[in-house]
Amino acid sequence: MSANISHHIPPEIMAAYAAGSLPHAFSLVVATHVSMCEDCRAELAAQETVGGVVLETLDSAEVSAGLKADVLSMLDDPVPPEPAPAKRSGVYPGPVMEALKGKPPRWKALGGGVKQCVLTGEGGSVSRLLWIPPGKPVPDHGHNGLELTLVLQGGFSDETGHFEVGDVEVATDDLDHVPTADPGAPCICLAATDAPLKFNSFLPRLLQPLFGI
Amino acid sequence: MTDKTPTDGFSEQTVWMLAIRDQRDKAAFGKLFDHYAPRLKGFIIRAGAPRAQAEDVVQDVMLTVWRKAHLFDPTRAQVSSWIYQIARNRQIDVIRKEARPMPEALKAEDEGDMEPDAGQVMALEQETDQLRAALDKLAPAQREMIERAYLGELSHSEIREATGLPLGTIKSRIRLGLERLRHELKDLRQE
Ligand SMILES: [Zn+2]
Repeated sequence: MSANISHHIPPEIMAAYAAGSLPHAFSLVVATHVSMCEDCRAELAAQETVGGVVLETLDSAEVSAGLKADVLSMLDDPVPPEPAPAKRSGVYPGPVMEALKGKPPRWKALGGGVKQCVLTGEGGSVSRLLWIPPGKPVPDHGHNGLELTLVLQGGFSDETGHFEVGDVEVATDDLDHVPTADPGAPCICLAATDAPLKFNSFLPRLLQPLFGI
Repeated sequence: MTDKTPTDGFSEQTVWMLAIRDQRDKAAFGKLFDHYAPRLKGFIIRAGAPRAQAEDVVQDVMLTVWRKAHLFDPTRAQVSSWIYQIARNRQIDVIRKEARPMPEALKAEDEGDMEPDAGQVMALEQETDQLRAALDKLAPAQREMIERAYLGELSHSEIREATGLPLGTIKSRIRLGLERLRHELKDLRQE
């Protein structure tokens, strides 16, 4: 399943995800990549092991006298039903389907044949699906901070390398890159940025407020 | 539901948790509560929850441990890391009012418990003990940074500068547990 993945989530980003300090949109990319990658599932569990050791060894605080009896008295209470997590559908793993609320993506044209579907915009970070026609570039863009791009279908190349299904590209603000989709099938990516993308060409910049990029 | 699994050599936390998972043992839950509730409360306060809210979170986390016990798999996670993960989710819920996106679960709820591989469980416990010993040897300032990282107080770029713990062996140990689980799930699905 994950035999061909060669670009993974870096340990410090996995640690931030495990600790809950990673902004929401990046957490979505991490959860989606882990759903596709056995190696990073193990990396996440290793990070959680450190978290468990910290929990085990940190100074404890006395709990009030009645808390245990309260909890014990609730063990047989009926459990409120939880909605089942969304299931993988086509190229979209469970966490993406969850963000899509179980529905297919609603694409909006971005120019140059590229389409996007914004998924989440909480906490100053934005996640979106990008659909790039075969052989076409994503509009030239820079970003103010971290950008994670995970390939769900097809593949793309840019100045830093070649990315296929399951691969995640980690870009920081010093990278002004032009990802270009492989020929063949359209490339579908899940991308997260922690600030609005700045498109470098004139027209897309004008469109930014319209498309919420 | 499996019969009582042989637990010779397992840590008492693992023994309690397996009794909760396989026998719905309330006495074992009481012991687990006595061990983890004060630790959780200390952890939750350090991680920034108001004191008044801390016990509500402890209560929610411990109830989740009881209700989701069937998902506990000692070949992939220590009790402490499993509870850590539940506590982080609950705190993100309470503090940030958002749900942390979660990876697809490997084990479907209806697939039942599997006999844990005792050798794998003990090997993972040993790796964790070694990790704990390594943390104990750190200089206080470094130790403090690790704590802050896993309490959720540092950004990923701060973590990159602060930590770099050697997690290679523990990761390959967990990887073995995952591979075994994949095989068993495949067998189950073919039956
Ligand atoms: Zn990976």
